[in-house]
Formats: sequence, C-alpha cells, structure tokens
Amino acid sequence: MSPNGAPTGPRAIAIQGLWRDNPIFRQVLGICSTLAVTNLVMNTVVMCAALVFTVSLSAATVSVLRNYTPRNIRMMVETLIIAFYVIIVDVLLGAYWPSMRANLGPYVGLIITNCIVMGRCEAYGNSHPPGGAFLDGFFNALGYSFILLIVATFREILGMGSFLGMPMPFFGGPAWDKWIIMVMPPGAFFMLGIVVWVFRSIQQSREEPKK
Amino acid sequence: MNVGNEIGQAVVVCVSAIFTQNILLAYFLGLCPFIGVSREIKAAFGLGLAVIFVLTCTTLLNWLAYHYVLLPLGLHYFRYILFIIIIAAFVQFVEMAVERYSPFLYQQLGVFLPLITVNCAILGAALFMVIREYTFIVTIGYGLGSGIGWFLAILAMAGIRQKLAHDRIPRGLQGPGITLILAGLMALAFIGFAGVLQGR
Repeated sequence: MSPNGAPTGPRAIAIQGLWRDNPIFRQVLGICSTLAVTNLVMNTVVMCAALVFTVSLSAATVSVLRNYTPRNIRMMVETLIIAFYVIIVDVLLGAYWPSMRANLGPYVGLIITNCIVMGRCEAYGNSHPPGGAFLDGFFNALGYSFILLIVATFREILGMGSFLGMPMPFFGGPAWDKWIIMVMPPGAFFMLGIVVWVFRSIQQSREEPKK
Repeated sequence: MNVGNEIGQAVVVCVSAIFTQNILLAYFLGLCPFIGVSREIKAAFGLGLAVIFVLTCTTLLNWLAYHYVLLPLGLHYFRYILFIIIIAAFVQFVEMAVERYSPFLYQQLGVFLPLITVNCAILGAALFMVIREYTFIVTIGYGLGSGIGWFLAILAMAGIRQKLAHDRIPRGLQGPGITLILAGLMALAFIGFAGVLQGR
C-alpha cells in the first residue's frame, strides 16, 4: 500500500479497478459519453476499446511527466495529453472505419471530458510510477467496459432482437414483441439504474459478514 | 437563406433542444454533475444557471473559432483541443470577472464554475454544432436551448430527490441507482413532447 491508500501491486490494482472501486457502480463517473452508444453491442465494443486505449496511455503519460509538470497547470496539461490520444483514435477510426465513426458521432471526441479519464490521471497517474499508472488505467477502463457491455447486450437483445447485428433465436422471431423503448434513451437510464442496483447489492451483501 | 428564415429555424432548434432533443435526457451529456449535484434545489439552480450562460457563450465562441480559424487553415481535426482550450479559458475568465465585479454572484455561482470545464454537455454541444452544420444564428438558438434544457432537467431532478430524501429506498438503489431510474422516467416524459414540434 502506498501512503494515500491506493494499491501498488498488479493484482491489487486489478481487483480495485474491476470490482472494489469499479468506475461505474462505485464511483459513477464518466457514464455520459458512453451511455449513448450502448444501443448496439458493436458500437459499445469500439467505444470501450477507444476508452481503454485512452485511459491507460494517458495515465501512463501523465505519470511519466509528473515530475516536470508545474502543480498549478497540471489540469490543463492532463487535458491536452488526453486530447492528444483521443485525436489519434478519431483519426484512425476516420481512416479505417468511417461508417463506425459516423455511428459514434461526437461521442469519440467526448472521451476528453469523460470524468473517468481525468479521474484516473488525477487520482493515480499523478502520484505513481508509469507502469502502475498504465495498469490502473487499463483495469479501471476494463471495469467500466464490462458493465457497459452488460447494458448494451440487454438493450440490443430486448430492443432489436439481435446480438452484434445477428438475429437471436427467440428474441428475433415473431413470438417476441420488441421493446423499442430499450433502444431509446430512457431504456439506457433504466438498464444502467438496474445494473448499478444489482451490483451494489451484491457488493453490500458480501461486505456485511466481515463487519 | 435569408435572415428571417434562419431566425425561425433557430427558434425551432431552441425549443427542440429544450424538450425533445434535451441534451441531458436524450444525449446523456453532463450526467456526472447531474447525479452529483442534484441533491438540493439551491445547488442545482446555481449550477444550472452557470451552465446556461457558459454553454451559450462558448458554443458561439467555438463556432467563430471553427469557421474562421480552423476551416481556413484546414486544421479541423484539431477542433477537440481548440474547443477545450476555449472552454477552459472562458470559464477561467468568467470566474475572475465575476469575483472582481460581483461578489454576490460569485458566492452563488463561484464553486460551480470550475466544475463546468469538465461538463461534457459544453463540449458536446460544440461538437454537435459542428456535425449538424448549424449557421451562426441557429447556433445561438441551439446553445441557449441546450442550456435551458439542462437547467430544467437538473432542477426537476433536485426537486424529486428532495422529496425522496425521507422515503425508504432499497439500500443498493440509494444514490446513483434511483437517480438513473428517475432520469429514465423523466426522459420518457420529455419524449412525449415530440408531438409538439411535429405540427410545424
């Protein structure tokens, strides 16, 4: 354990990011830019990959530069580092997968203001060596991604009757009346609310016996 | 397109940005402060006002910067960096100006201004404005409408949450969980406004 209570070993970092301090159901950070793309699983996968890339690399970069950055302008420097990686993602998507870039619309650019990226840079990258910062960013982004993938899976199956664009056996058929509301914005709020509820309850019931 | 036409379009864009295309409930932008600061009406009111002001002004500044600086130079992929710098600089500037000239307003809004820099609604509105190719006049309507829409949503949520404070909610659902589900219900209600604009 480091002085401020953040974990340093790879295993501890993984548990912290994936479960104990999961960005979505514990910290409820940075859901803005990604909730909008969870109506299709494919969009979510691409978005989450972009997020994993950005968070881990920008946390590592912030950590490399932490001794050279003046304290009072560090937020600005961090924002520019994040913007740099986001532009890389945006240009790559535009070059190799223009249709996906059009689907995601402004939400790729909005990774810059996604609180979780800045949050990890501030909370961990700023005060730890690059290797640990990279892992911390990586696992936090993974913890974030798996929750969003759960949300996206339910939304696509219930709302469109398909998974990754392929029709599902029962939900794609005439027997299933598609829940259009699931692919509309309210569906995202309901689904995420329920997922947060379920995971928090599991976590609370596990913590109880220890007390 | 003549100016009268554009003003008409700006009004339509403004109304739809407030209700049917609400930036918070339909595009999920600015959710973090929405969940974090909606515990009491007073704070929500202050933050909402600050968002209306900053969103309208920065969207216009960004429109000017994009059309008169980035496009002529062919640097449009630098827009993320330019937009975020403009927003951060504007917020910083407003904070200093308010502190200097109106201590009362500073007490009301001061704490919320720095928060706004990382509010995705501000950057999101600028990016939507670029993608949808709004003209300058329409952008005024869009910025103002988005700000008001966000303000209404957070104010309503704060009102509901104050009432909820004394209710018994399952433990896992307390805090963010119930806020998200309430937001879903509000989004449903706002979708109901869709018919209002279709008549036009």
